[in-house]
Amino acid sequence: MARLQTGLNVMQFVLPYSGLQWSDLPFMLEGAWRTIMLTIMAGSLGTLLGVIVGWLRETFVSFRIGLIPFIDVIRSVPLIIQFILVNSFQSILGLQFDPFWIGVVTLSIYMAVLTSELVRAGLQSVRPELSRAGRSLGMSYWQGFLHIRAPLAIRTALPGWIGALIALTKDTALVSVIGYIELLRAAQVLINRSNEALLILAGVGLFYFVICYPVSLYARRLERRLAI
Amino acid sequence: MIEIHNVHKAFGSLKVIRGVDLEIKKGEVLCLIGASGSGKSTLLQCVNGLEPIQQGEIQVDGISVHAKDTNLNKLRQKLGIVFQQYNAFPHLTALENVALAPRVVKRISKAEARALASKHLKHVGLGDKEDVFPSRLSGGQQQRLAIARALAMEPSYMLFDEVTSALDPELVGEVLDTLRMLKSEGMTMVVVTHDIVFARETGDRIAFFKDGRICEVGEAWQVVNAPREEHTRQFLKRVLA
Repeated sequence: MARLQTGLNVMQFVLPYSGLQWSDLPFMLEGAWRTIMLTIMAGSLGTLLGVIVGWLRETFVSFRIGLIPFIDVIRSVPLIIQFILVNSFQSILGLQFDPFWIGVVTLSIYMAVLTSELVRAGLQSVRPELSRAGRSLGMSYWQGFLHIRAPLAIRTALPGWIGALIALTKDTALVSVIGYIELLRAAQVLINRSNEALLILAGVGLFYFVICYPVSLYARRLERRLAI
Repeated sequence: MIEIHNVHKAFGSLKVIRGVDLEIKKGEVLCLIGASGSGKSTLLQCVNGLEPIQQGEIQVDGISVHAKDTNLNKLRQKLGIVFQQYNAFPHLTALENVALAPRVVKRISKAEARALASKHLKHVGLGDKEDVFPSRLSGGQQQRLAIARALAMEPSYMLFDEVTSALDPELVGEVLDTLRMLKSEGMTMVVVTHDIVFARETGDRIAFFKDGRICEVGEAWQVVNAPREEHTRQFLKRVLA
């Protein structure tokens, strides 16, 4: 972070409006790496949390009702505002987390809410008679969950989850509002300096595509394999 | 032996079973007949503890089904049940459907479970369908699959809950043949059915349910051919007409 900031200052003051150079590449790659890390961290934490919350909401009435306000607020308030709120909140509490972690926490909560909805829909799609059949064969609740409900619920939830994951990848760009330089912000910095907006944005767009496309591709193949 | 003593069961304010006493001896085939909603299916679900009861007691081999300290998961291994809706696990092949419970509940090895499943599929005439998913099976085949799945747990009793009611008429025969085969092998069975002819031919005894009570129980041929109760006579007249 500090390195990037100084780098940026140097670039802005020493080389104003200079063209793109090969030495800009590490800067962009660092930004890209941060985007990937944000996606992986928030994607996995958010999914894990979302699966637990989704199961709780589907299983216990108290959670189903109690969590409604949280879910509604988090789904309805633009992410960009949520980053600023979480960031200000930690300042009020006197904490000083790295913007990366503020980003991960905010994105994870957002991803968790989306995932929990999908998990709930997935579990609801499994006919209760199938769980009953499992229990009648002597399976415990968790055996039935693991071998019958979960595999069937995943088939319903998977397409939506992939969509959420791809949206999350792009939403990581919003972490820049709290001063974190990820791929898109890094691109803006370079654009300010070089005026090569079209080239840089096309390159960055291509990079997002390169991250997201394999995910869609893999998802499509997985869906076909799981089709019943 | 399954012993049912003075069982009462209600769904909310709706009383479904109002005091039923019944004994099922080892090796016997007992058929439960009666109008829809008379409580016979519900009784079956109570016997393997899928439904709680409000009063009375059900014992399976001396173990009280609804006692707090009863391990239901263990008890259910003694009681195979097959439902009206076949309830095959749609994400598993026929072989995996049958092998699943022995593998996860009895914890036998994967290879053993597959061998066991293969044996039971052959037994119900599905030996050539091992790798087929349920969606590709006919209703009758799915129902035989459900029977094989229950048999693979090697239960002492088999409970059949209107297993032919959801089937197209031309598929009923193959499922009933499977039940007859089980009887010839000495399986103890409780069969809820609307098929009076099957009940008379295959059942050792028949219990006629009316309004949550057993109106008449006796030797199968006697209940059908020479019912003692007026209600039974009227019911049979309506069904056989």
